[in-house]
Amino acid sequence: MNGPVLKAPVLEVPVLKVSGLTVSVGRGARRHVAVQDVGFEVPAGGSLGVVGESGSGKSLTLRALMGLLPPGVRAERGVVELAGEPLPFTGPRARSARRGRLAMVFQDPLSGLDPVHTVGAQVAEVPRRVLGQPAVASRRRAVELLRLVGLPDPERRSQAFPHQLSGGMRQRVLIAMALASEPKVLLCDEPTTALDVTVQAQVLELLDDVRRRLGVAVVFVSHDLAVVRQVCDRLAVMYTGRLVETGRSADVLDHPAHPYTLGLLEAVVDLDDVDHMPVTIPGALPDLAHVPSGCPFHPRCRFASEDCAQGVPPFRYLNDRQWGAGEGSDGEGTDEEGSDGEGTDEEVTDGARGTACKYPERVTAG
Amino acid sequence: MLRYAARRVAAAVLVVFGVTLATFLLMHLEPGDPARAVLGLHATASAVATLRRQWGLNSSLPVQLGHFLSQLVQGNLGKSYIYNVSAASLIGGRVGQTAALVAVATVFAIIFTVPLSALAASRQNGVADHVVRALSVVGLALPAFWFGIVLIEVFAVRLHLLPVGGEGSGFGGHLECLVLPGLTASFAMAPILVRSLRVGMLEVMDAEFIAVARAKGLGELRVLFGHVARNALVPTVTLLGLNIAYLIGSTVIVEQVFNLNGLGSLLLSSILNRDFPVVQATTLVLGAGVVIVNLATDLLAARLDPRIRLR
Amino acid sequence: MTAIVGRYGAGPAPEGPGPDGAPVVAGKRPRSVLAYRARHSPTLIIGATITLGLVLVAVLAPLISPYVPDHQDLYNILSGFSSKHLLGTDELGRDELSRLIWAGRTDLRVGILAVIFPFCFGTAMGTLAGYRGGWLDTVVMRAVDVLIAFPFYVLVIGLIFVVGAGTTGIYVAFAVVDWVVYARAVRSTTLVVRESDYVAAARTGGLPDWRILWRHVLPNTITQAVVYLTNDVVLVIVAVVTLGYLGLGVQPPTPDWGAMISEGQEFLTTYWALATLPGIAVLITGLGLSLLGDGLADVLRPQ
Repeated sequence: MNGPVLKAPVLEVPVLKVSGLTVSVGRGARRHVAVQDVGFEVPAGGSLGVVGESGSGKSLTLRALMGLLPPGVRAERGVVELAGEPLPFTGPRARSARRGRLAMVFQDPLSGLDPVHTVGAQVAEVPRRVLGQPAVASRRRAVELLRLVGLPDPERRSQAFPHQLSGGMRQRVLIAMALASEPKVLLCDEPTTALDVTVQAQVLELLDDVRRRLGVAVVFVSHDLAVVRQVCDRLAVMYTGRLVETGRSADVLDHPAHPYTLGLLEAVVDLDDVDHMPVTIPGALPDLAHVPSGCPFHPRCRFASEDCAQGVPPFRYLNDRQWGAGEGSDGEGTDEEGSDGEGTDEEVTDGARGTACKYPERVTAG
Repeated sequence: MLRYAARRVAAAVLVVFGVTLATFLLMHLEPGDPARAVLGLHATASAVATLRRQWGLNSSLPVQLGHFLSQLVQGNLGKSYIYNVSAASLIGGRVGQTAALVAVATVFAIIFTVPLSALAASRQNGVADHVVRALSVVGLALPAFWFGIVLIEVFAVRLHLLPVGGEGSGFGGHLECLVLPGLTASFAMAPILVRSLRVGMLEVMDAEFIAVARAKGLGELRVLFGHVARNALVPTVTLLGLNIAYLIGSTVIVEQVFNLNGLGSLLLSSILNRDFPVVQATTLVLGAGVVIVNLATDLLAARLDPRIRLR
Repeated sequence: MTAIVGRYGAGPAPEGPGPDGAPVVAGKRPRSVLAYRARHSPTLIIGATITLGLVLVAVLAPLISPYVPDHQDLYNILSGFSSKHLLGTDELGRDELSRLIWAGRTDLRVGILAVIFPFCFGTAMGTLAGYRGGWLDTVVMRAVDVLIAFPFYVLVIGLIFVVGAGTTGIYVAFAVVDWVVYARAVRSTTLVVRESDYVAAARTGGLPDWRILWRHVLPNTITQAVVYLTNDVVLVIVAVVTLGYLGLGVQPPTPDWGAMISEGQEFLTTYWALATLPGIAVLITGLGLSLLGDGLADVLRPQ
C-alpha cells in the first residue's frame, strides 16, 4: 500500500486523485516533513473536507495541489491526477496544466484582493488573460460571475474597490474569481474563517449551491468541524501532516475511530448539550521537526498503551463489522466475512472508512 | 477624487502663503540695514533715510507685508535693491536652468532606482541585494557637494569627458553641462528611493493577493507588472515628491559647485547681499515649486491607490 | 470594576506571550529579546563598532592627534604622505591627519548637539498632536507642512544668516527646521497606538492622560523616533559639513571637514588628498551611523 487514500465510491470516477503526497520544508539539517503520505479521491461534483488544527499540514496540502508551494518548501513525492491527467508540482507546465481545471479560494478576502484594481477588473482578468477572451466579453463575464455568487447589484459593484466592500462580499468575489476559469475542482482554504457566523452560513450555502449547479468538486480545508459537517460528504482528518482518519462525514463525526478526532469533537462547545464542558486535548502540538516516535498522537492520547510508542501504526480501512460492540453499523455493512482488515469492495464503497489508530475500538468504547 | 484634489489644492495654497509669511518675517529679522548696505558706509544719513522711505522700510511690518501681498496679487514680485530691475526678470532668466537641473536629476534618479530595487527585491538576501543595500547606505552618507567635486575632478579635469561647469551653448551643450550636476543631485535622492522601493516591492511580493493572482493562472510577467509594480509604485511616488522638494533645495549647493546660474545661486547671493525683495521672490518661487511638485505627486498617488482618497 | 482599574492603575499590565514567544509588557519588549536580536544583527554590530571607534577618536583627539591642528610646518607645504606627516600637509603646512581628527571632533560634536532639540521637541509635538488631535494637531501639522515646503537648505541658510554664521547659527537653524520630521513620524505612530486595545483599556480605566502617554504610548512611539534619530544625525552631519563648505558653518580657525574640502578644492591638481580625505571621513562617519540606525531598526522592530 502506498499510503492512506480516502477512496472515492467505486462507481464514481474521481475527478481528483491524490496519492502519497509528501511535502518537506527546509533543507539539510533543518528539513522536516510537513505533509506525509496523504492521499484522497474526490468524485466529480463531490465534496471533501480536510480537517485539522493549524500546523496539521492541511493548507500546505492544498498549496501543493495548486503548485503554489512557497520557496523552501518542496513536494518530494506524490501523484496528483486531475481527470486522469497527472499534474506536475513545479516547472513551466505546473501552471498551464491547472488552468481551467483547478482553482483555489483563499482564506483572507481582504488581503486576497489587489487593493488598487476594481473587483470587476480582477475577476475579468481571468477570462481576459487566462482564457484569452476580448476585453468587453471579459467584463461582461465578470458581471455574470458576480451575479452567480450572489453579489447584489453586480454591474455597479464590479466598479468598486476591495476596501469598499464588506468581508462577505469580498469572499464572494474571491469565489467568483476562482470560478471564472471554469474549474473542475475548487480548493477552499478556510474560506469562512475570516467571516462572522451569519455571513459564514451564506458563503457555505453559496459553495454548496455552486457545487450542485456547476458540478464542481470542492475540497474544503477547515479547523471548524461544524462548518465542515455542513458542506462536506466525506472527511479526512489530519494530524502533524498525516491522515489519521477518513470516511463519510456523518460516520467520522458521530462515531470517530481515532482519539484525535474524538478530542476535536470534545473540545467544541455544543449548544445542544449545555452541560457538556469542552475538554481540551492535553499537551501541545509537537514541533514538526520532532514528531514523537510511533503513533504521533500517543503522548496526548488517553487510550494509549505502551506499544503505541513503537512503530508507526499502518493506516487501515475498516468495515463496520470490525468494531465490535455492535456499534456504529451504518447499514451499509454486508453479510460478507471480510474481516481481514481491507474489506471487500462493497464495504469500501461506503467511503473508505479508515483510521491510523491501532485500537479504534477503544475510542468507540470510551 | 475631485473632492480630494480640491482639498489638497486648498491646503497647498495655504502652505504657499505660510511660506511667504515666514520668509517675510525672516528677512525682517535680519540685522543690518539694506539701504545702508547698498549705499555704502560713507552714505549720508539723509540719503539713507530717503532710500528707506522709497523702499517703504519705515512703515510697520504688517503694512509692509500688506504692500508686498497686494503687489504680489498684481503679479509684481518686487524690485531688486541691488540691480534695480524687477525680481521677476532676474528669476525668469534663471528658472529654466534650475528646472532643467531638477528634471535631469529626477530622470537619473529614476533610471538608477527602478532597476536596482527590482533586482534587489527579486533576489532577496542574495549577493545583488546586499550590494544594492550597501550602496544605498553609502549614498546616504555622501555629501553631495563633495561627490560633485570628485566627479568634476575625475570626469572633467582628468578624463576631459565632460565640461567642468558653466552652462554651455546650444541644446547639446546645455545637456552636457547638466550631466555631472544632474548625477550629483540624483545621488542625494537615489539611496532613499532605492530603499523605499525595495521594501515596497518585498512587501507586495509577500502579499496574499499575489499568490491569488498566480493561482488564477496569470503569467509571471503579468503578475509582476500588473500587480507587484503597480502596488509598490504608490509609496514610492509620494517619496519621490518629497525628495524632489529636497532636490529643489539642494540646487543651492549644486549650483555653487558647478557654477550654474540658477535660482539656487541667485538665492544665495541675494541673501549675502541683503537684497530683500529678491530673497522674498526667489523663496516664494522655490517654495511654490516644492508645493506644486508635492501636490502633483500626492494627486498621482491618490489616482494610483483608491484607499488614499478616503483620508 | 475596581479590579479592572486596579490592574492598570497599580502595576504593569497583564502579561502574556507575544507572537514570537517572548513575554510582552504593556507594549515593551523585555531586554532579553532585544539583547538576543542585537547580538545577532551584523548591521548593528558593524555600525556600532564604527561609530564607537569614531567617537573614541573624537574624544581622545588631544591625546592621539600627532600635532596641534594649527601647527604650521612651513618647510613642508603640500607634502604627500611621509613618515613625519602620515597623510601629508596642507597649503599652510598643517598636518592633515591631525586636522582630520580635530575636525571630526568638531563636526561630530556639533552634529550630535544640533539634533537633540529637534528630537525632543519633535517627538513631544508629534505625540501630543497625535494623541490629542483637535486644534493642536491642526496647528502643529500646518506648521510642519510649511516648514517642509521650504527647501531645506534655503531655510537653514536664511536662518544662519539671521543669527550669524557659526555654531550658534547651526544650532538655531536645525532647531527650527529639523524637528518636523520627528513630529510627523511620531504622530503617525501615535495615531496607530492610540487606537490600540491597551490604550483604550487604560483610558476607560480612568488613567490620567500623561500617565497613559508616558507608560503606554511613548515606549512604542519612541523606538520609531530613535531610528529616525540615527538617520537624522547622518543628514545633520552632512549638512554641517556642507555649510562649512559654503563658509556658513563652523568658523575658522576651528577645523571642520567642510572647510577643509573648500580649502582643498583649489589644490585638486597638486595634492588631491586635501579635498578628498575629509569627504571620505564624512562617508565613513555616515556609514557607521547609518548601519547603526539600520541595525537598531531591525532590533527594535515591533514583532
